[in-house]
Amino acid sequence: MRKLGRKWRWFHRMGSPRWFYEITGGWLPWLIPLAFSLLAIGLFWGLFLAPPDARQGQSYRIIFVHVPASFLALVGYYVLAIAGAVGLIWRIKMSFILMKAAAPIGAALTFIALFTGAIWGKPTWGTYWVWDARITSMLILLFLYLGVMALQRALVSTDTAFKASAILALVGTVNIPIIYKSVDWWYTLHQPATLKLTSSSTMHIEMLQPLFFMICGFYLFYMLVLILFARLEILQREKSSRWVRSLVSEDCVI
Amino acid sequence: MSNIARSTHPGLMAYVRRDVSLSIRSNSGAYAPLLFFCMVCTLVPISISPNPQKLAELAPGIIWIMALLASLLSIERIFVFDYEDGSLEQMLIAPNMMAFPVLGKIIAHWLVTGLPLTFLSPAIGLMFALPNNAYGPMILSLAAGTAYLSLVGAVIASLTVSLGRGGFLISLLAVPLYMPILVFGTSTVTYAVAKMPWSAPLATMGAMLAIALVLCPLLASWALRVTNGG
Repeated sequence: MRKLGRKWRWFHRMGSPRWFYEITGGWLPWLIPLAFSLLAIGLFWGLFLAPPDARQGQSYRIIFVHVPASFLALVGYYVLAIAGAVGLIWRIKMSFILMKAAAPIGAALTFIALFTGAIWGKPTWGTYWVWDARITSMLILLFLYLGVMALQRALVSTDTAFKASAILALVGTVNIPIIYKSVDWWYTLHQPATLKLTSSSTMHIEMLQPLFFMICGFYLFYMLVLILFARLEILQREKSSRWVRSLVSEDCVI
Repeated sequence: MSNIARSTHPGLMAYVRRDVSLSIRSNSGAYAPLLFFCMVCTLVPISISPNPQKLAELAPGIIWIMALLASLLSIERIFVFDYEDGSLEQMLIAPNMMAFPVLGKIIAHWLVTGLPLTFLSPAIGLMFALPNNAYGPMILSLAAGTAYLSLVGAVIASLTVSLGRGGFLISLLAVPLYMPILVFGTSTVTYAVAKMPWSAPLATMGAMLAIALVLCPLLASWALRVTNGG
């Protein structure tokens, strides 16, 4: 075997589920309070302290959930696809585990983004649903997530399931910009641009600060949930290995 | 055509011929998607309105949705019979590059479903009171679009082939990927109906078809190797 350079050793060590389990175990006591306190600060600031919007009044406050959720829903697909690609190229099992963990989280976030968007749409535009380019591509993103989950679930062999859903995730990644552009184009063809969603109104700094907290909080929360899902998957996959057994028996003794 | 094929890969035409004759000669319902296409199109005037003006407005979208569904219905047969009788495995262990048999099967699938559907579409257009100037764009867009559907569908079919008849899963996976071509296909026809220049969406479809023609056979053969324990 070729001797690995020092630079790449960390990369291959990361491929070991045991290493991942042990190192993230040390992160959790920091990550959990940090994520939840950022979310709590952001929510309290956004919902109670930030001034009401000049035109939308109080109803705009849903952006403190809607914007971070949509943000992470999109980022989550790239996490999924990159993890799948890394798994396929370097055959790293841990990467596939992260990909599998990312799919349901992303689907949930996409759903939250669509749901909060619908709730917000009612008071501001007078309707729950508009066939706008962005909303439609979010809906298709939800289908892409569900597709990866369904394929993962349907294939019996875990190795095949990992690789097949990684290929699907990559095909989806190539398609996301095409879908977005085509739907955008279709929208400009079919609908008069009465609702201008793309021009982000310049937000007041006092609204931007809690939003920043919420986005950071969502990022950390995403990381936390991803790690927890991946840890669970590691324990299930490695349940017959010695280190998991000793971990479980230690817990039983205590 | 055969000269080009011979110079690129000797087996390509053989695979096309084999799959076309297999689906024509076996009573496995290769014509079912076509029948489906016609029958569902008859449901539309009954359920919505027989008014020619309204139908002409709906026609581009309906013809395209039906073409998409007909392709979706038939796409799983592209590999499933060969998977069941073991010949897919023989192709996989053969020393040839798997992308060529896959491309041959995709071409055969298009010749059996997409092309007849394209030829049939003027009849449906006639029944839907489509304006005269929209027939050319409709035929061109359907010819290019159904080929794209066969190519992208083959990737999805290769991912799900080991599940047997996973029809429902195929639709869940394929529909989001079919969305862009549906947009450009209906735009081509709608533009023509509105007497606007329709070459831009058609050219976009051609570009997408060219990319898919290169990538999809490779992706599908890769996926077949993965799902068949390679």
